[in-house]
Parts: sequence; C-alpha cells; structure tokens
Amino acid sequence: MKPPPFDYIAPDSLEEALELLAQHGDDIKILAGGQSLIPALNFRLAQPTILLDINSVPGLDYIRAENGNGGIQLGAMVRQRKMERDNLIAARAPLLHETMPFIAHPQIRNRGTLGGSMAHADPAAEMPVIAVASEALITIQSSRGKRIASARDFFKGMFMVDCNPTEMLVEVEWPVLPERSGTAFVELARRHGDYAMMGVATVVSMNDDGSCASARLVYLNAGDAPVFAEKAAHTLIGEAPTEELFSAAAEIASKEEMDPFGNLHASPEYQRHLAGVLTVRALKRAFEKAAEGDW
Amino acid sequence: MNNNHSITFTVNGTQYNRTVEPRILLSDFLRHELGLTGTHVGCEHGVCGTCTILFDGQPIRSCLTLAVQSNGHELITVEGLGTPENLHPIQNAFWEAHGLQCGFCTPGILLTLVPFLAENPNPSEGEIRIAISGNLCRCTGYQHIVDAVKLAAQAA
Repeated sequence: MKPPPFDYIAPDSLEEALELLAQHGDDIKILAGGQSLIPALNFRLAQPTILLDINSVPGLDYIRAENGNGGIQLGAMVRQRKMERDNLIAARAPLLHETMPFIAHPQIRNRGTLGGSMAHADPAAEMPVIAVASEALITIQSSRGKRIASARDFFKGMFMVDCNPTEMLVEVEWPVLPERSGTAFVELARRHGDYAMMGVATVVSMNDDGSCASARLVYLNAGDAPVFAEKAAHTLIGEAPTEELFSAAAEIASKEEMDPFGNLHASPEYQRHLAGVLTVRALKRAFEKAAEGDW
Repeated sequence: MNNNHSITFTVNGTQYNRTVEPRILLSDFLRHELGLTGTHVGCEHGVCGTCTILFDGQPIRSCLTLAVQSNGHELITVEGLGTPENLHPIQNAFWEAHGLQCGFCTPGILLTLVPFLAENPNPSEGEIRIAISGNLCRCTGYQHIVDAVKLAAQAA
C-alpha cells in the first residue's frame, strides 16, 4: 500500500506545466487534489513515470462571473470545500451549491478539486453528473491553445474523457439558469459521503402557464459515464408537472435509459428501483423551486 | 531514480527542513521520519479517517497527501492538541463521556472535530453525525462519541 517510485515535478506556472505535458504527456499523470489519484497510487493501479503536481500553479483557483453571460467560471484547482461555501456559487449555481455536501467528506473536500473530479470521470461521482445536467462548458488547454467542450461530450466512458495526454482541464463554466428554473440533486448512499448506490441531478424550467419548458435528468452510477435520460426528460416538456407525470418519466429513465452494473450493496434491479424513486423526488423538488422562482 | 526534494514546513509549531522521496505519504512521513506516531494509519485509501490531520487549519487525510506537498504549510497532529497533564477540551470531553474504547480512530476524530466545533459551537446531533461521517469507529457505535462532542460544545 505504498506508491511506486515516480519523478515529481511541481511547476509554478501554467505555461511550464503545459510545456511539460507537450513534451512528456504520455508519461505524466497530473496531480490535482489527489483524492482519487493517491489511492490509485497506493494500490499501484496507477504507476506514472512523472507526477505533475499543479498545486503550486497560480491562477487556477478562481470563482468569478466575468464573461458577461451570467454564468460563473471556476478554475480547475478550486477546492471542493471552497465551492461548498462560496456565495457566488450559492447565488448563481444552485445545483452545484446543493450537491457539494454530498461529495465525500469534509476531509476529502478540503483537498479535492473541481478539475480533478471532472477529469477523473468516475461514473459514481457527483461532479460529472451535475456538470452534464447544468450544460457546463469545459475549457481544455495545451501549449498550442485552448478549446471548449460541452460536459455532455467531454465524458466518454468509465474514467475516460475528451482530453488527450498533452492537454489539461483548466476551467469549467456553469451557465446561468433561465427564469423560472428549479434544480435538485438526490442520492442514496449507505453512509453519508460514501459513493452513492444511485443518484440523480435534474434541472427544469417552467413556462408562464406553469407547464414544463425544459428538463434534464442525469444519473450517477447508472452506466459507464453520466447517464443522460433524454427520452424521460422529453416526456415532461409542455406538460403540467404532476406526480403521475414524474412517475411515468421515472419509469422510462430507470427501465429504458440506464445500464447500472450493480455492486456488493445494490443489485442492478435495486439500482433501477432507486432511480425511479429518486427521480420522482428530484422532479418534485425541482418543479416546486421553479414555481417559487427562487433558484 | 534520485529525485529527492527538500521541503520546509511546520508541525505543531515546530519548523522542519527535510529531504523526502516524493512517493512518501504524509502519514508515513509523520510517523516514520518525525516519530509522531499519534497519527494512525488504517485503510491508506481515504476511507477510514484515522490519519486525519490539520493542514493549514483544515482537516485532511494525511494518507492521501504526499509529504512533499506539505512544503510551506502548517500541520497540526494529535500531539499538538494537548498533553496527558493538560488535555485539550475535546480530549477531556472524550475522556469524560467515554468517547473511545481502543482509541485507534480517536486522533483522526479529534482533529476532524477541532475545526468543526470552532465553526459550529452549538451543533445539533445530526450535524455532529455528519461531521464524523468520514471517520470509522469499530468500538463505540458512535453514540459515546456524539455524547462527547455535545459535552465539549457545552463546556466551551
């Protein structure tokens, strides 16, 4: 249970970090918060030649609203604990705000980072799921420039993302929600902070007449990446939000749109059952918030 | 591979300058290099919480941090809380309320609770249980730990 030997480099500028990636990308693992990578090193599941510690790279831990589009931009190295307590996030990104306490334990959130969790892409993790539900935009940078990917395109599969070895995730933008929006995140874990057996994030908005204008449902631990239940969400559009409607959508999402693997604590059938129950709870809460108009 | 790094950091108010191999975990470094064996090592993958220490005042898993990453930072371990003659108020509450049996998990729980109680001087039982949810205890069933936290909050 000890990490294998590696070369350790802790650059003090982003340019230097990107240059190292350009030269040695295939041999490098980037160390952000380390809350998934260091266990993987301890188990020797990861054996990188070079560990590139970006904790001393300045300018990657900002939370700001500077693009003039109402959204907020977060640097990749923002600690999860800081996100949990941030007023701008609480005011502008309600789904992010309400989900933070579910991510592991305070001891983990004190080190764990936004970018690390996104780039690790554990299908049981919360951050990728809420990023997809929020239609977050991910900025990826290399020594040759920047590009932006939608969260939905970014997550490719289990621990796989659209980011090649010479690139680094540097920013995530959380777009502003439309008027009359509501969000909810619901999960069930055996112990608070453990990986959940099932979880769902939803973002909905209402028309002036109270019918559903838009809806997204995204699940964790329901497949090999965040599971976007498009068909279920589509059944809500234009309809008045009722519990019967939510149950019908939950049925479609849990039976037709996911492929949970099951584990020691929950069979795939039980995970589907949980997905159904949690979907109804999440939609109920999200539409209540949308009706109150105070996301 | 000779890739050792020189680091300077503070543990319980004492400054250290050491050379470390980068793969050494902070938990092992505290125990084996500095002899601070109050920090216990359980699962070594971030689940049990017994290696919790304070890193710039906030609790972290020392088994999920490399020693080399403590360069320039201030750490507090259980040795920095109190002494047998002069226990920290939280240690005293654990003593009074029988908040430990074998004691293996206790250092991590104490260091989780110091900043928690500083920020929440009057926590509810639910808040206490969430606060210690990242620390496993195999003896107490947690009830006496919760009692100890309540006692510490009252005493403060």
